[in-house]
Amino acid sequence: MLDLHQYESLGAALRDALERWPDEVCLIEADRDRENCRLTYSDFKQMALPLARALQDSGFREGDRAAIIMTNQSKWLISAYAIFHCGGELVPLDYKLTAREHLQLLAHSKANVLVTEHHLWRAIVASPGFKDLGVQTVLVTEASTSADLAGAKRWEEFKAEGEPRFVPRRRQDPACIVYSSGTGGRPKGCVLTHENYLEQCISLTSLYPFWPGVRYLSILPTNHAIDFMVGFIGPFTCGAAVVHLRTLRPEYVRDAFPRYKIAYMSLVPMVLKNLEKGLGTRFAELPAHRRWLLDRLIALNKRLTGKRPKLKISRALLKQVHQAFGGELRALFVGGAFTEPATLQFFYDLGIPVANGYGLTEAGTAVTLNDFNPFRPDTVGRPLPGMEVRIADPSDEGIGEVAVRSKTVMSHYLDDPEMTAEAIVDGWLMTGDLGRIDPTGHLQLFGRKKNMIVTEGGKNIYPEDIETVFEGLPVKEFCVFAANYLWPASSVTGEMLVIVLRLEPGHEFDDALRCELAERNRRLPDFKRVRGYVIWDRDFPRTASLKIKRIELAEQIRASTERATAVAAL
Amino acid sequence: MPTLDQTTDEILKLAATHFKVAREKLAPGDDFFEKLKIDSLQALELLTRLENHFRVELPDYEMQGVTSFRALAERIQSRL
Repeated sequence: MLDLHQYESLGAALRDALERWPDEVCLIEADRDRENCRLTYSDFKQMALPLARALQDSGFREGDRAAIIMTNQSKWLISAYAIFHCGGELVPLDYKLTAREHLQLLAHSKANVLVTEHHLWRAIVASPGFKDLGVQTVLVTEASTSADLAGAKRWEEFKAEGEPRFVPRRRQDPACIVYSSGTGGRPKGCVLTHENYLEQCISLTSLYPFWPGVRYLSILPTNHAIDFMVGFIGPFTCGAAVVHLRTLRPEYVRDAFPRYKIAYMSLVPMVLKNLEKGLGTRFAELPAHRRWLLDRLIALNKRLTGKRPKLKISRALLKQVHQAFGGELRALFVGGAFTEPATLQFFYDLGIPVANGYGLTEAGTAVTLNDFNPFRPDTVGRPLPGMEVRIADPSDEGIGEVAVRSKTVMSHYLDDPEMTAEAIVDGWLMTGDLGRIDPTGHLQLFGRKKNMIVTEGGKNIYPEDIETVFEGLPVKEFCVFAANYLWPASSVTGEMLVIVLRLEPGHEFDDALRCELAERNRRLPDFKRVRGYVIWDRDFPRTASLKIKRIELAEQIRASTERATAVAAL
Repeated sequence: MPTLDQTTDEILKLAATHFKVAREKLAPGDDFFEKLKIDSLQALELLTRLENHFRVELPDYEMQGVTSFRALAERIQSRL
């Protein structure tokens, strides 16, 4: 791989990667059983440089921002490189957000350029806030010839001749602005520097290396910190290849493993559990004698790999299972949310190590990762090289807030010094997560100090962000909380959002209110919905400017109720 | 070619059968995630069923933001 210590910026490292492995395949884009494109590093460069030149010709300059809202596809990475080549700052936005949310974050980031897919652009154009869009250049991909582009340009035609100027950036300059939340009220735009990414990449690849010929299957959204790192920067700076699959249908994901000889893939716990369920069903359908044999082989594999993974042995013992995964699989990465130890153990026993970890965008992706030395499914692994992790104000059991210090921690929250000062204290990132470090240095998580939940799909949901849809509800006042924040559970399971309702005097919680709540809830994506309600019989404590004192209200609720009796399902 | 109402009705019947929900409990404007109590992976399963039934291809990336049976029907109808 490239020696990333030598580089000042992602653009410089990627530029050298394109030169160093010209004939190696770097990117494959597949859609179901079709292959849309297969690019070598040289092909990639031939596509990115004319785009970079056209961006420069259009006035895109060093430090300008360009947002990408796209599903996983080759044009995502080509555009990202072109932006870095121009010295630009990348704003990767989640394509699953609504058009209204896209517009909010585009405005907050002050992006000059937007690269998006035509169907997403259509939704943005149809959104009421479209008239205020301040982006100067919009590039859309895959628009039909007759499509109304509403002022956008076709990505496929946006290219110019002539060598684009490579614009160098320094390590401390911003590389990306990644929104960890805040579409409702206060956007949290994590400003991540070139150094943050270069150091994270050095750290991760020291444990899980890539090399030419190795393939990574990218199914997590590329805007997600994990996929951006292990599905772009990591493989590219090592001469490896990324396979984009434009569908998440399980049958095609399964087929992709043997077809592309996948070595690594990242996924969220929900998908991992689904994979476990699928395998479990297939095992259960085996004839009794074959099932008996499989169980014996799994038991033998478990005994032989107890201390550390031994891929060759596992592949030989459980040949059919490994062949179904293409026979080249080295590890699955799971992150973004809590993974049940039993699920991790299930795969480990089959000889498929699942590297679970703990991280957050503010820390530049991963903080800890399981290194299988030995396998500890009850933890989220040990701190990655270069990461300092300490437990702030530990209780008698050693549990306290996880604090992180490293070169990978973000520079600041964009345009929000107050929130930055709360998050980074004396150089330590206060994560808001509760944990304990055991005597072997493994981190165990015990819930959250902050009012938020993380879904099994890896989405961070902050209650404040979703309250706007309940505005105008026919109640005196309301407030949304994470249930585990109201009633700390020493656990990161059973997370849900609840709405606390203070009814108008003389009113009761009736069917009309239930319907109204359900109707408002439906306006939210399924993973953001409120799952329960609490009737509260006192006025909410408020500040002089009439803002709800959330912490005080939570304390009052915690002191006088229990979750089991206070929360009714919605 | 079937009308949009007919396509919607077909979708409701298929969803009701596949996810074992009474057909009369489903309405065109319903959010299928909520009504069928399904997650995003099960929604992909539903899309595959619908593709096989209507013999159309529904790219995942174009189905972003589609949550109601009616919107689903419109996407299918445009491909029939």
